[in-house]
Amino acid sequence: MSIYNVVIIGGGVVGTAIARELSRYRLRTAVLEKEAELAFGVSKSNSGIIHPGTQHSPGTLKGKLCVEGNILTKKLAKELGIDFKRVGELIVVFNDEEYKRLLELKKEGGILGVPGLRIVKSSWLKKHEPNLSREAVAALYAPTAGIISPYRWVYDFAENARRNGVHIHTGVKVERIRYTKPGFEITSSKWTFYAQHVVNAAGLYADEVARMVGVDDFHIRPRKGEEFLLDKKRENLTKHLLFPLPSKTSKGILVTRTSDGNPMIGPTAEDVDNKEDLSTTNEGLRKVLDGAKRLVPSVDENDIIAYFAGLRPVAGDDFIIRCEEKAPGFITVAGIQSPGLTAAPAIALMVVDMLKKDGLKMKKKMLFYKHRKREVHLFAIPLEKTKEFIKKDASYGDIVCRCEMVSAKEVRDAIERGARTMDGIKFRTRAQAGRCHGSFCTTRIMKILSEGTARPILEVTKRGTGSEIVKGDKEQM
Amino acid sequence: MAAAISASENGVKDILLLERDQYLGGILNQCIHTGFGLEYFKEVLTGPEYADRFIKKIKKAPDIEVSLKSFVVRLVKDRTLTYLKPGGMYTVRPRALIMATGCREKTREMIHIPGTRPAGVFSAGLAQKLINIEGLLPGKEVVIIGSGDIGLIMARRFTLEGAKVKAILEIQPNTRGLIRNVVQCVEDFDIPIYFNHKVLRVDGKDRVEKVTVARTDEKMNEVPGTSFSIGCDTVLISVGLIPENEMIEMAGVAIDKRTNSPVSKEVNRTSMPGVFVCGNSFKVYDVVDRVTSDSELAGKMAAEYLRV
Repeated sequence: MSIYNVVIIGGGVVGTAIARELSRYRLRTAVLEKEAELAFGVSKSNSGIIHPGTQHSPGTLKGKLCVEGNILTKKLAKELGIDFKRVGELIVVFNDEEYKRLLELKKEGGILGVPGLRIVKSSWLKKHEPNLSREAVAALYAPTAGIISPYRWVYDFAENARRNGVHIHTGVKVERIRYTKPGFEITSSKWTFYAQHVVNAAGLYADEVARMVGVDDFHIRPRKGEEFLLDKKRENLTKHLLFPLPSKTSKGILVTRTSDGNPMIGPTAEDVDNKEDLSTTNEGLRKVLDGAKRLVPSVDENDIIAYFAGLRPVAGDDFIIRCEEKAPGFITVAGIQSPGLTAAPAIALMVVDMLKKDGLKMKKKMLFYKHRKREVHLFAIPLEKTKEFIKKDASYGDIVCRCEMVSAKEVRDAIERGARTMDGIKFRTRAQAGRCHGSFCTTRIMKILSEGTARPILEVTKRGTGSEIVKGDKEQM
Repeated sequence: MAAAISASENGVKDILLLERDQYLGGILNQCIHTGFGLEYFKEVLTGPEYADRFIKKIKKAPDIEVSLKSFVVRLVKDRTLTYLKPGGMYTVRPRALIMATGCREKTREMIHIPGTRPAGVFSAGLAQKLINIEGLLPGKEVVIIGSGDIGLIMARRFTLEGAKVKAILEIQPNTRGLIRNVVQCVEDFDIPIYFNHKVLRVDGKDRVEKVTVARTDEKMNEVPGTSFSIGCDTVLISVGLIPENEMIEMAGVAIDKRTNSPVSKEVNRTSMPGVFVCGNSFKVYDVVDRVTSDSELAGKMAAEYLRV
């Protein structure tokens, strides 16, 4: 029997940020994730933008938590050893009417406390963003916008939380929650858990989890976004993150880049009914190319090396973060779409505060490991450093993924830090993420994964049970 | 290997052969079918047998030093090469450099096939490696997109291993592969091959479940009303090969954007003096015998360059 003070349902960026924050206190805390690995839900297809807070009205949770989250991200990224680059963003306008709206955005941003906002004119843009469309007349410049790897962010929160005593359970799908004095009985696909408090951070499924305790006043409507990644050869396509004026439902088609250096164009924003519909479409590709070319005319379809779709968990206009009166001890954190990645650290503080007010005794630990030891990525360090690493461990010189230069040691480290699937290794190390898409390294990684997890090679999966890479071995052949 | 042997035979005394894999022979090792050596040896050999002839010669050549598991990470203009090996990082500056880095397969991503991204989508070459080297069966119901040679050969290979190849789809009116492969690998096994057909979507949540295809017109656009689905658990992509030249491109060698080959008027030569490219990294060849003869020429060209 597993008894916890707090059970967090959902191992995305919100769930793991909350877990890491709670791990400062003398509590028994667990995270339950239904997928084979953390970040495999909404978080994995995030754009990786840490927003400054320019696009949300004052008075909304989104606006407030985004601005706070941006500041906290800077501090946490340092503690958790992850690259966070404040590259700045430009919201670009093309005519006078749009310009008026830009002034409003600047004013709203000022009220929210977004630092450093200023309007820049076309002469500035020509100098500082040379590939931007010459038709751009002005832009709102927000220097605090940045980029981070969304899935590594989740893994880093989780790794540090685990170091500080949090239990992380993957492949555990919550099926039923029963209120039993003085807490909750949570029945899952694997085990039963007991918790005084439950935090519902279940992303696309937060409405279904809430219904398990009788809360049924909100629905999650998935809003699909298709994204397209460009070859690293085009790394210098833009200096800043480029946005058009936002619409009611989305921030528009952007030209950004990932923290690993690939330019990224997208996303689309299309309401869908199916919470599992992660397909990309030709129409999506056209929309994204049109939108991206409007900002940067030199964007070329032939530079696309990968594409994917994600679903934003939309529950009305704002985030829903509240204690449920119907189910005392149950906290809902739902509708965390954009700017959720940015807001996550601020949401975590807010939830901790709510738990305190809810009567949870929070006593700080004597010893809290604030820092996480940064993992090594050969692609991100100078060769002179690589040489030193190889001296320390010969297998840093054993290159597995040739497109992205990932060593056997990095793959083994990823497994040690929790990777259990081929996608998990890709997200953590970039192996298989380059131009050959794993044509050359898949077999080698399968073998390392099989050895590292002590599972037969037939059980190696792309992203969990049902996605096994191969269908049989010599016996079946 | 052919370039190294030829350079040695042409009087070059100090040759370093870098190979990133743990054995020599490259992709030939996974090509266990026959058909190699017809022109060069006037014999019918398998890929590993063909490679072995050169491996034996390399072992006897005292001027050729082989370094396996050696991965080049940097090349600069003056031909300084940096490579990693388990246990070390090394720098060499050869007076002449021959790149024989081969090619890679075009991916699903490059041809923008819409749909989901489940397990079960493989490049034909990866499927070949899984079966022939690792003894693993990638799938049991297979659809092959494109009729390149590797795809055709894999159609036969899957069939022989007891899997069902449900279709080969080719967007063009003719095959891209060798006629002998169409006959021996497809027709002899009654595998359905659809010309003027393209794939519209790949579907499946965790594993591939089906592909949707349609007939195409002469402009390769979908003919409305002709789409249908084929259930399968595996999709192989065999839509062409791309010379692998990123390393020399970063060093400043002129590369044709369309073909990814070095810009050159003469076989094996590049825009950078002393840097030669041979085999499938220079251009994609149909048969290995011609790769060998042109690579031997590259060895000779390098030897001549060193004499001047």
